[in-house]
Amino acid sequence: MSDLTKLTLADTRKGLANKEFTSVEVTEAYLGAIEQAKSLNAYVSVTGDRAVEMAKASDEKLAKGEGGSLEGVPLGIKDLFATKGAHTQAASHILDGFKPEYESTVTSNLWRDGAVMLGKLNMDEFAMGSSNETSYYGPVINPYRAKGSNKDLVPGGSSGGSASAVSAWLCAGATATDTGGSIRQPAAFTGTVGIKPTYGRCSRWGIVAFASSLDQAGPITRTVEDSALMLNSMAGFDTMDSTSADIAVPDFAAAVERGVKGLTIGVPKEYRMDGMPDEIEKLWADGLEWLKAEGAQVRDISLPHTKYALPAYYIVAPAEASSNLARYDGVKYGLRESGRDITEMYENTRASGFGREVKRRVMIGTYVLSAGYYDAYYKRAQKVRTLIKQDFEKVFADGIDAILTPATPSAAFGVNDQDMAADPVKMYLNDIFTVTVNMAGLPGIAVPAGQDSAGLPLGLQVIGKPFDEETLFAAGRVIEKSRGMDFAPERWW
Amino acid sequence: MTLVDTRTPNPAYFIGGATGDWEVIIGMEVHAQVISESKLFSGASTQFGNPPNANVSFVDAAMPGMLPVINEECVRQAVRTGLGLKAKINKHSVFDRKNYFYPDQPPGYQISQYLDPIVGEGKVLLDMGEDGEVEIGIERLHLETDAGKLIHDQDPNSSFVDLNRAGVALMEIVSKPDLRSSEEAKAYLSKLRTILRYLGTCDGNMEQGSMRADINVSVRKPGGEFGTRCEIKNVNSVRFAGQAIEFEARRQIDILEDGGVIDQETRLYDPKTGETRSMRSKEDAQDYRYFPEPDLLPLEFDDAFIEHLAKDLPELPDEKRHRLMETFGLTHYDASILVMDRANADFFEEVAEGRDGKLCANWVINELFGRLNKEGHDVASSPVSAKQLGEIVDLISSDAISGKIAKDLFEIVWTEGGDPAKIVEDRGMKQVTDTGAIEAVVDEIIANNPDQVEKVKNKPGLLGWFVGQVMKQTQGKANPQAVNQILKDKLGLD
Repeated sequence: MSDLTKLTLADTRKGLANKEFTSVEVTEAYLGAIEQAKSLNAYVSVTGDRAVEMAKASDEKLAKGEGGSLEGVPLGIKDLFATKGAHTQAASHILDGFKPEYESTVTSNLWRDGAVMLGKLNMDEFAMGSSNETSYYGPVINPYRAKGSNKDLVPGGSSGGSASAVSAWLCAGATATDTGGSIRQPAAFTGTVGIKPTYGRCSRWGIVAFASSLDQAGPITRTVEDSALMLNSMAGFDTMDSTSADIAVPDFAAAVERGVKGLTIGVPKEYRMDGMPDEIEKLWADGLEWLKAEGAQVRDISLPHTKYALPAYYIVAPAEASSNLARYDGVKYGLRESGRDITEMYENTRASGFGREVKRRVMIGTYVLSAGYYDAYYKRAQKVRTLIKQDFEKVFADGIDAILTPATPSAAFGVNDQDMAADPVKMYLNDIFTVTVNMAGLPGIAVPAGQDSAGLPLGLQVIGKPFDEETLFAAGRVIEKSRGMDFAPERWW
Repeated sequence: MTLVDTRTPNPAYFIGGATGDWEVIIGMEVHAQVISESKLFSGASTQFGNPPNANVSFVDAAMPGMLPVINEECVRQAVRTGLGLKAKINKHSVFDRKNYFYPDQPPGYQISQYLDPIVGEGKVLLDMGEDGEVEIGIERLHLETDAGKLIHDQDPNSSFVDLNRAGVALMEIVSKPDLRSSEEAKAYLSKLRTILRYLGTCDGNMEQGSMRADINVSVRKPGGEFGTRCEIKNVNSVRFAGQAIEFEARRQIDILEDGGVIDQETRLYDPKTGETRSMRSKEDAQDYRYFPEPDLLPLEFDDAFIEHLAKDLPELPDEKRHRLMETFGLTHYDASILVMDRANADFFEEVAEGRDGKLCANWVINELFGRLNKEGHDVASSPVSAKQLGEIVDLISSDAISGKIAKDLFEIVWTEGGDPAKIVEDRGMKQVTDTGAIEAVVDEIIANNPDQVEKVKNKPGLLGWFVGQVMKQTQGKANPQAVNQILKDKLGLD
């Protein structure tokens, strides 16, 4: 039997349905691969026994020709999703030992459709980071390395564990979340596909909150079709999340091969940054050519408020985070460091429980919401947010169907990059192309499209209209078919 | 909020000081617990008296990833209350987070409404007796979550947390600074409580903490500029509110008259000492970092939603008082007493239906309520039902019994129960109106008491003695008017 971990999610489904192999076999193959890939540090907790149990239950259904759309398919789950009785710590020290008594809506949907949980995936602490280096459990390593180099590279973040695990064949697909680019940037760094759906498409219930008005769950997979299949299961209206959208979920998988004929693709001039590497320029141009070749029209557009998106994001997201993270106080669950009184207990617990980046953002957020600063920062950032949203609304109203941009300004960088360690803003700039999408609540997909000179993956991003993920899958599939290369890291781990 | 003085200074309320008269300015923020089955943003029960932490959902405990979902009944209750306060209902309102750390507040923030409350300006009318009706402005009403409770006496080294109340819906009802005396403040609290109880939106039980008041007090020279205010937190009885205001006004006057200044601060009232004491100064005030709650959409509803609630709104105390005065010819005073409690008014209406309203009011207020108060009952547990009291009134109206006998009858019904008419019949309590029978008794008494007959001619006051004799002989059953008339005739008095 060939290596079951190398199959796409779609092929795994087919093979299971056709009884070419069992879910237990695929699951054990992945558990074995995970065991051998500890150096990637993609998982923070492997739930092997539970995985095999779930696989057995799936096999019983499959044997009877029954089962859901993901029956028997082994998945990895980002540590941000509450999974009942299992490790759920947002990769933070402050949630030490926390195992919830509830299951997030998104994972419940996946289990309802028959998926198997392999374990919980590493991530930046509380989803704050772009390199997966802020995790309490240590950095995740990108399975890709530059040609001829042994240097460890980051997988991006915050869903670095998800991206690395999918790229290195440690799960058939993974859940992830995206607040400013946390699905799309790691997907681009690891040669995988990641879609951040429209805000409200997936329920946030049971996902540890970072920035409530921006957080959105989505899949990271090896192909566009796989993402469509996974999102079909993850998405849906949920009365438990007041911000989830009461809009029917279309058959995303059916849209994958729809093509781009007749679509008008916008090319925003503001995304052409000074000093952008030639290889990114070329990638972008290639992408436009591929879409044109398949019958799309390409038009230059302007999104004038783009340059304000990142600064505004770094006000709104930390503001919400400072409040969302107030509940981690040592009183109810997780870590408690004792103190002489309640205030000292709070201080000791939070000082020891949160990492540097989380503390930085809690402080920024507290500051921008403070009396006397609220109008100058938070309120203005919200105004900027409205303007960014209007930029997109205008171009969509002018006949643009989707927008093509690079996913990231560069390929993956090294672990413990001194430049970025010295200047957090350099790290924040990783999200320059992705953050506007969160600010506007739009869907965005990152699809691997090419390589840099060192052979590292580069991705393109397609941005769509609200609740039009179907066009993103169609356009993403065209890029996937046209790029003329496979994305598979050379195994070194 | 801009402070506007809507009142004309009333010398009756002035407080005398060494430098002359002072006027006290009072505004209130009343926290009223909403009557609802479940909490404002979770499905947990609101039932009072359950064991600690029995009424706690994952949302209330602020478990990671939990999200609030608005309880529509609480929204309806807030709108009903707004309508009852004749207030502007805001079809668009916004929930905000009020951030602060305390173990009784699990998420580290209270969900409240800051800039855009669900209810805007309204009013409450106070009946101040001789001073007439006073209108107190309502600034706003908003919905917010209550906090839990810390328990300090279970362990020497740590405190425990009971989250049963955490997340229960509160309405914060903010008055304008329109109150000018402790009497008005007490009347305002009582009236507000009456309105909330009529509406069924808050049980108004201050002892249980389901209604509590933060009272802002300042003093000034009559008609002058508003002074610096102090806020007295969490006052939990109408009586304490009055005492706290009296003390606080005097404290501020003494400071000002000694040349001092009032520090804007939060104070606590201690019922044991009757004093207020400083809790924290303005400098220590927390920065709550309000911002719109991103887990909730703005709260929106349409006119139909409001109209539907308005249609089903019960008759409120002011309207009920007018109607009782018009329908039953009651005095303002009697009607006011009856409407203070909806159950009392309902009881009265049941008694008065098809009967003499004034007579019924007299019996309900003086006899029944008097007795109920004395024995610590309320109308719900009254031993005499509305039906029974109505029948007693019927017996009086039809001259079957006298008012005096009626009191005996009331006593029997109170202690023994039973059908009043049957009791009167069985025990021979029926009034004697047969003039022949009365005349026979009168004749006998006149014949047996010649001395008294002689005296009464010069001293008509002695007639009472004769009436007494007749009543004695008839065991009180003789119709008093008939007895009087016959005696006068026979004794030759006019």
